Amino acid sequence: MTVQEIQEKIQAGLPGSEVEIEDPYNDGVHIKAIVKFSGFAGKSIVEQHRMVYATLKDELKAEVHALGLETKVS
Amino acid sequence: MEKDLQDKIEGLIASKKIFLFMKGTPDAPMCGFSAGVTNVLRSLGADYNSFNVLSDMNVREGIKEFANWPTIPQLYIDGEFVGGHDIVVEMARSGELQKKIGA
Repeated sequence: MTVQEIQEKIQAGLPGSEVEIEDPYNDGVHIKAIVKFSGFAGKSIVEQHRMVYATLKDELKAEVHALGLETKVS
Repeated sequence: MEKDLQDKIEGLIASKKIFLFMKGTPDAPMCGFSAGVTNVLRSLGADYNSFNVLSDMNVREGIKEFANWPTIPQLYIDGEFVGGHDIVVEMARSGELQKKIGA
């Protein structure tokens, strides 16, 4: 799973979202995703994160051990 | 989820106002995000109990389903799921966590 694939998965699951991925250790494991999405409006931060997690269901079971997440309403 | 496991998880959460499922223990966290949350709780002087999910594979997998949340740590306050590492850090920054725990 590359950083690029993670970005594409989130964007496919949340159409119209802006996704920025940070990979501070360049290891593809401890990555942080910053997601801006109009569909977050009116949702709690827990619900916003759940929406992102739902797009990465399989990945989170396997190799992405540590996904940092920051969500913003766009 | 099996009823025994659900009962066990609910019992843990109900055992203390602030309850943390984490990897390792507060004195010896086994993952950076678990360490991050214990640091936040310590800095607020929070009185909490924790459970080391590495000691119990059933709980480790069970709480992901229980909270509909794929990662650990998981923080609960007053029996309610609050969030994982990023949310806890963000809430501490905004002052919201202090209000919730009454610090």
